[in-house]
Amino acid sequence: MDINYTAVLPEIILSLFGILIMILIPFTPKARQSALGFVALFGMVLALICVSAQCGATGLAFFGMIFQDYFGQFCKILFLFASAAIVLVSINYLEREKLPYGEFFSLLLFATVGMLLMATSADLIMTFLGLEVLSISTYVLAGFKEGEMKSTESALKYFLLGAFSSGFLLYGIAFVYGAAGSTKYLKIAQVIEASENYPPTLFLGLGLMVVGFGFKAALAPFHVWTPDVYEGAPVPITAHLAVGSKAAAFVALVRVLYQVLPELSQHWQAILWVSAVLTMAIGNIAALAQTNIKRMLAYSSIAHAGYLLVGLTAHNRLGAQSILFYLVAYAFMTLGAFAVVQAIGREGEKYIGIDDYSDLGYRYPFLSITLSVFLISLAGIPATGGFMGKLFLFAAAMQSEMYWLVVIAVIASAIGIYYYLRVIVLMYMGESKDEGTPIIVPTPVRIVIAIMVVGTLYLGIFPGTFLHLASEAVSF
Amino acid sequence: MVPATHYLALAAILFAIGALGVIIRRNVITMFMCVELMLNAVNLTFITFSRFLNQVDGQIFVFFVMTVAAAEAAVGLALIVLLSRRTDTLDVDQANTMKW
Repeated sequence: MDINYTAVLPEIILSLFGILIMILIPFTPKARQSALGFVALFGMVLALICVSAQCGATGLAFFGMIFQDYFGQFCKILFLFASAAIVLVSINYLEREKLPYGEFFSLLLFATVGMLLMATSADLIMTFLGLEVLSISTYVLAGFKEGEMKSTESALKYFLLGAFSSGFLLYGIAFVYGAAGSTKYLKIAQVIEASENYPPTLFLGLGLMVVGFGFKAALAPFHVWTPDVYEGAPVPITAHLAVGSKAAAFVALVRVLYQVLPELSQHWQAILWVSAVLTMAIGNIAALAQTNIKRMLAYSSIAHAGYLLVGLTAHNRLGAQSILFYLVAYAFMTLGAFAVVQAIGREGEKYIGIDDYSDLGYRYPFLSITLSVFLISLAGIPATGGFMGKLFLFAAAMQSEMYWLVVIAVIASAIGIYYYLRVIVLMYMGESKDEGTPIIVPTPVRIVIAIMVVGTLYLGIFPGTFLHLASEAVSF
Repeated sequence: MVPATHYLALAAILFAIGALGVIIRRNVITMFMCVELMLNAVNLTFITFSRFLNQVDGQIFVFFVMTVAAAEAAVGLALIVLLSRRTDTLDVDQANTMKW
């Protein structure tokens, strides 16, 4: 067991680029600060190359703190991809809202480091640190629009509840440590497998950890912060919260439950079953009543966490594979939807009400068609990634004979179709409104939207490639 | 020697006080201090287990928790300053404009 720097090279590169950007801020002329975004992008591409070069490496690294496996590499690529898309979308956003570039991109890079660490951590200390690196950067990013009360409020709520929930997570970790005598994943799993009857502290630890992760992944009943924080945060950060941050919490939860505590599956399956039902129901029903598109997408992201939970509750190989597949599909469609929302909203984040989408269809065909694709995919209509993902998740639950869960999930997603289609109907059949300044979609945003559309449709029509990759990735 | 359960019970009480405080109190600073109290209860738990398992792992964990708590305090207090500048109060209910 040694340090093996190559295993953490992507994280090192990202951190160095984050620091580099902070150093560059005072030396870059005001007018050229947006170039810092491309520095961040370059760092992410370098890290991506590193991860790709490592694909196939297995074993423990960094003194046993980090797993090197396909699962981790798969997730790392996904996270880097999502963050890179967010960088591309934010360059224009920051210019429009007159926000500082440098701090934004370096914080985003640090947040990405946290996500990568969570995906590969082999030790509860590392999981906790990854989570905190991600969260603390995101607290600041959520409150990035200093002059706006909504943004400050969003950051404050996220901070207070985030810190509160990390308290629970830590307390859970402490109990698991006390019960198993180690914080290393493999060691804990061994101890639990060897023991005949489990100490009560272990169950306490499990419960508290699920609460902690549940907060971060916005699972009901710990989702209350989500809509407010998503609404107040800058749009690119809302996308980051909905995709990167949530996916990282989910991946860490998958690792903890599947790799560390598979022996207790009966117990956590019961907890997650209830949480899955609640999450899907609350997410889909509350989304019906929303008038703000960011808030609607926030509830939609809660609902999608519920679908992911269905796969997690199934606790079988197909479940783990379909979680990975769904995370990819979810990243494509959600990032795409937020990119369009960002493009349609104009200075000061006006035009983010659902009414503002009325009659956009014929005036802005590119934005409307792409947004329709993303919403159709989120609704889970065939020929899109969202449909395939849901199919696999529900199939996994069927395999574990959780028929009621699947029935509820199908009903919930049927409710969901209504609010997604409402936006599309409004875009094409709504009455025309005062349109304000015309929308100009800058090239980077256009590129992101195009990539996401292609990805969403590709996953829906040819799911084989990614499903194969996901099945390779799941080794536990 | 004092048995482990005593320490654990103390930590549990501290944690409960902290958690209740966050839920009941409306002053941001108080809420934040209650979160810190929760983290310290966790630290106490770690140290207890570490002592009774005869390992140092738990104590190392405590250092990490303390570091993270410090980083969190920096960000948190900055946000609280921002709130008090905007609303002239530390009442979290003042920062509740978004509702469904």
